[in-house]
Amino acid sequence: MSKILIIAEHDGRELNLSTAKVASCALELSAASTDIVVFGNACADVAEAAAGIEGISRVLLAERAENAAPLAAILAPQIARLADDYDYVLAPSTTFGKDVLPRAAALAGCGQISDIMAVLGARQFKRPIYAGNAIVTVEVPEGCKVFGTVRVASYKAAPGAATQAPIEAIELDVELPAHTRFIELQSGSGDRPDLQTARRVVSGGRGVGSAENFRIIFSLADKLGAAVGASRAAVDAGFVPNDMQVGQTGKIIAPELYIAFGISGAIQHLTGIKDAGTIVAVNKDPEAPIFEVADIGLVGDLFEVIPELDKALGG
Amino acid sequence: MQKILVCLKRVVDYNVRIRVKPDGSGVVTDGVKMSINPFDEIALEEALRIRERGDAEEVIVLSIGNSDWQQQLRTGLAMGADRAILVETPEPVQPLAAARVIRAIVEREQPELVILGKQAIDDDCNQTGQMLAALWDRPQATFASKVELQDGKARVTREVDAGLELIEVELPAVITTDLRLNEPRYVKLPDIMKAKKKPLERLPVAELGVDVEPACRESNFEAPAARSRGIMVSDVNELVAALRDRGLLD
Ligand SMILES: Cc1cc2nc3c(=O)[nH]c(=O)nc-3n(C[C@H](O)[C@H](O)[C@H](O)COP(=O)(O)OP(=O)(O)OC[C@H]3O[C@@H](n4cnc5c(N)ncnc54)[C@H](O)[C@@H]3O)c2cc1C
Ligand SMILES: Nc1ncnc2c1ncn2[C@@H]1O[C@H](COP(=O)(O)O)[C@@H](O)[C@H]1O
Repeated sequence: MSKILIIAEHDGRELNLSTAKVASCALELSAASTDIVVFGNACADVAEAAAGIEGISRVLLAERAENAAPLAAILAPQIARLADDYDYVLAPSTTFGKDVLPRAAALAGCGQISDIMAVLGARQFKRPIYAGNAIVTVEVPEGCKVFGTVRVASYKAAPGAATQAPIEAIELDVELPAHTRFIELQSGSGDRPDLQTARRVVSGGRGVGSAENFRIIFSLADKLGAAVGASRAAVDAGFVPNDMQVGQTGKIIAPELYIAFGISGAIQHLTGIKDAGTIVAVNKDPEAPIFEVADIGLVGDLFEVIPELDKALGG
Repeated sequence: MQKILVCLKRVVDYNVRIRVKPDGSGVVTDGVKMSINPFDEIALEEALRIRERGDAEEVIVLSIGNSDWQQQLRTGLAMGADRAILVETPEPVQPLAAARVIRAIVEREQPELVILGKQAIDDDCNQTGQMLAALWDRPQATFASKVELQDGKARVTREVDAGLELIEVELPAVITTDLRLNEPRYVKLPDIMKAKKKPLERLPVAELGVDVEPACRESNFEAPAARSRGIMVSDVNELVAALRDRGLLD
C-alpha cells in the first residue's frame, strides 16, 4: 500500500486552505497513510491546524530558522530527502507549490504532474492544458514516484477530523544552500477576503477605467461580503495590485458567485472562472464573449448598474 | 556578465482557438499559427535590455524541438539575440527532459543567467525553470516581474499569490518571467534580414547524451465540459430576482 506526503502551505501563522484541498485529492488515492509536512520556524499552530484535517495520519513539523520563508531552494532538498519514504508527494497548485515542487521532483529524479484536476486511478490523472481548452489524461509509469500539484479550484477542502493526528517534530540532516535570500513580502490586498477561498467574488476589468473608479467595485464587494478580483488589463493599467488578477496567469478560482464588470471575457480570463457556480456578467457590449459563458448576463453601463445594485441590495 | 541563455519554446499562438482532435489523440496543430511562447518573448526582451545596458556581452537563444523550430529562433535573432542553438529532437520533450538538455547546454556555455518563461502556454506545466535550477544546483527566481542586477547578484520581485515577494539570489541563477516584467519589442524588417546571417547551430539531441524519455504518458485529449449559455436579464431588478431565485443572496 502506498504512502502520501503533502507539503503544507502557510504564512507562518495560518494554514492555507489549499492544504485541505490537497488532502481531499489525496483521499481519492486510497493510500495506506497520508502525512502532511509543515516547514517553517515557530509554527506549531500551523501544525495543529494540519493535524485537524480528515484523513491525515501524521503531521511532520520541520522547524528551523532557514525555513522561516518559503524559499524553493531551501525547501526542495528537504522535500526530496523526505520523498525517499513516500510514493506520492503532493502540493497545491498555487504560486508556492508551483515554485517548490518541480525543484524537489527534479532533485528526486522524477517528473511532475501539474494541476491535477481528477484522479482516475492510482497513477492516472486528468489535467488541463492550453489554458483549460483541452483536458489530457496522464499516467506516471510504474517504478516512479508521483510528484503532483493539485488544482485547488477542482477540490473542496477536506473536512475537519474527529480526532487530531499526532504531530512529530523532525530534523532533516540536509545541507542547505546560502545563495538565496528572502527580503520582503508586500501584500497587495491587505485585509480583504481571500480571493481563492471566498464564496463570492466581484471583479472589474478595463471597463472600470481607473483605480479611483475601482472604489465602487470594492464597496459593492463589501456589501456582498465578497473578495475582489480583476482582469489582467485592469492590473496592467495599475487599477489594482497583481494579486487580484484572475485567469490563466493569475488565480484560478471557484466561488459560488462571480460577478464581472467591464470584462470582455478573453479565454485567458475565463480559464480562471470556469469552476465558478454562477457567473454574472455586466458589460455594455452585447457581443462581449463573456456572455457566452455567463449564467446571468446584463447589457449595461457598469457606472449605472452598480449604484442601482447597491440600492437594490439595501443598506 | 558574459552570457545570458534564453529558452524559447514554439507553441500554438495564444490567439488561436484550440480544438481537440475528434479521435482524442491531441489538439489540432496542422495549419495553425505557431509563435514564440509569450513568456519566452518576455524572457528574451529582458536579456536584451540587460545586454543593451552593458551588463552582459552576449544573448544566446535555445530551443529543443524539430527543424520547424528554426523559425522561432530566427525571430529571436531578429529581436536581437546574438546566436541560436537548436537541440533537435523529433519528439517533443517534457519539462524534466527539457531541463536536462538545458543543463547540458549550460555546462557547455557557462552562462551567468538563464531566463525562461514561467510556463509554456501549451502544456501549462510551469516546471522547466525550477527543474533546471535543481539539476544545476543554482538559485531560482520564478514568476519575476522586476529584475535588478548588482555585484554578482539579482534582486527579483516575484508575483506570488499573496502579493509581491522580493528575493535576492547569487549568480549564476535561473529566472522565470511573469507577464508584467516588460513589454517585448516588435521585430523590424531590416532586423529580419540581418538575423538570417546570425549563427544558428543545430545539434542532434543524441550528441548530448542526456535522458529525454517522457516522465509521464499522455493519452486521451478531450474538450473541457462546456458551460451552457445562461439567461439575459434586462435590468437590475431582474438581476437581483435571478440571484435570489438561485439562493445566492442572503
Ligand atoms: C499568455 C497570456 C496570459 C494571460 N493571462 C491573463 C489572465 O490571467 N487574466 C486575464 O484577465 N487576462 C489574461 N490575459 C489577457 C487577456 O488576453 C485579455 O487581454 C484581458 O483579459 C482583457 O481584460 P479586460 O476584459 O478587462 O479588457 P478588455 O478586453 O479591453 O475589455 C473591456 C470590456 O469592458 C467593457 N466596458 C467598457 N466600459 C464599460 C462600462 N462603462 N460598462 C460596462 N462595460 C464596459 C467593454 O465592452 C469590454 O468588453 C493573458 C494574455 C496572454 C497573452
Ligand atoms: N522544448 C523547449 N525548448 C525551449 N525551451 C523550453 C522547452 N520546453 C520548455 N521550455 C522553457 O521552459 C519554460 C516553461 O515551460 P513548461 O515547464 O513546459 O511550462 C518555457 O517558457 C520555456 O522557456
